Amino acid sequence: MGYVEQGTGRDALFGRLETAETPEELQQLIELLRDHYSVDHIVYHWVNSNGDQYGCGTYPKAWVSRYLERGYLRIDPVVQGCYQRFHPVDWKRLDWSGKAARNFQRDAVEHGIGNQGYSIPIRGPNGQFAMFSLSSNCSDEDWDTFTEEHRRDLILVAHYFNQKALELEPGRKPEPSQALSPREVEALTLLGVGYSRAQAAETLSISEHTLRVYIESARFKLGAMNTTHAVARALSRGLIVI
Amino acid sequence: MIRYIYAEDLNKFPMLARSMFRDRADQFATRLGWEVSVDERGEERDDYDRENPLYVIWEKPDGTHGGSMRLLPTVGKTMVNDHFVHLTDGVRIESPLIWECTRFCLSRDATPGIAAALMLAGGEVMRQFGVEHYVGVFDARMVRIYRRIGSSPDILGQEGQGREMIAVGLWEFTAEAQKKVAESAGIAPKLTRQWFEMAFGATPAEVDVEAA
Repeated sequence: MGYVEQGTGRDALFGRLETAETPEELQQLIELLRDHYSVDHIVYHWVNSNGDQYGCGTYPKAWVSRYLERGYLRIDPVVQGCYQRFHPVDWKRLDWSGKAARNFQRDAVEHGIGNQGYSIPIRGPNGQFAMFSLSSNCSDEDWDTFTEEHRRDLILVAHYFNQKALELEPGRKPEPSQALSPREVEALTLLGVGYSRAQAAETLSISEHTLRVYIESARFKLGAMNTTHAVARALSRGLIVI
Repeated sequence: MIRYIYAEDLNKFPMLARSMFRDRADQFATRLGWEVSVDERGEERDDYDRENPLYVIWEKPDGTHGGSMRLLPTVGKTMVNDHFVHLTDGVRIESPLIWECTRFCLSRDATPGIAAALMLAGGEVMRQFGVEHYVGVFDARMVRIYRRIGSSPDILGQEGQGREMIAVGLWEFTAEAQKKVAESAGIAPKLTRQWFEMAFGATPAEVDVEAA
């Protein structure tokens, strides 16, 4: 059971991410996400400790082959600045002062990658490391406004994208999906039947802050962008009953 | 001053790193009597130091450690999910918007402003990186200090007695709390931002503002 989410609005796209079953669907989704956020490019890309890579995204083919051919992985300040870390990075903050980095940047701009970028590093299981990057051609002010406004969404979508990519990776055993704890089930159930946060917190004898953290955790385990979404998913998976 | 250093870069700050791990041994093994592992050089480390955490460290003018804390994303391996789920109502706290803060440590001669400066730096990390909550594991007696600084955690649970009392708590950092902590630290917001930029880079707009 479940419901099919249609369309290209934010919630519909996240719904489709949850139900995606093939790498082709991921590629299609990353293109739709690019259009939805009105950026020039989005790229998802992971590396493992052997240096193997996998990715999908909207970069022109010419740029991808040039990147590999020139060995830009070793020069790219974005990769250097994100690898094995976990804070989101505005490309402007990186060190582009070296000659190699400046040439790389010029080449990237010439290939239409954009002069602005934002990357979210992701720590996956067993040393897996992934990056979700958006780039565009615009002013510093516009980019700051964009990243500020969408940062929360982008961080979540980056992580959900990674979970899905891992799930679809050939030969990988599915990670056991984290069950919700009884406390998370209770919290979602109360919100699902229409309690306010304050009422739910009082019923569970916890602070509202604690409730928000439990709900945030449950949302992540359910791959949901917001609480309504989390309740709907928990219901459709039979995790809660209202 | 505050430094933000990933574990993999600690080798660039050998004196600071060594004194941090020694102060941790002093606080957690000697003063609190926790069962932590201290190596032959007198340095305390645990499994989570191997996860490339981000350390927030107060560096004293002589280059040694004055206080620090350790941050990790809760989507990876964390102390609270590995060892303290019984103190969080059985909830594994996992979200890219929640980071774990552990090993909050002050050197013996730390001035009162250092704890506040660390909290302020933690707040800067939240603001800049979209972190909405910290879940922390700490010496329960720190609660008094946190309250005095102006940033009290919500305690989820605690166990043990006396100096071995360990608590798990949550922080968020409102603009109001930030202001209060800045006042008790006696640190101008501009300085906090400069320390942050030293570690994570500045944006051209910020550089212009500084130059103006």
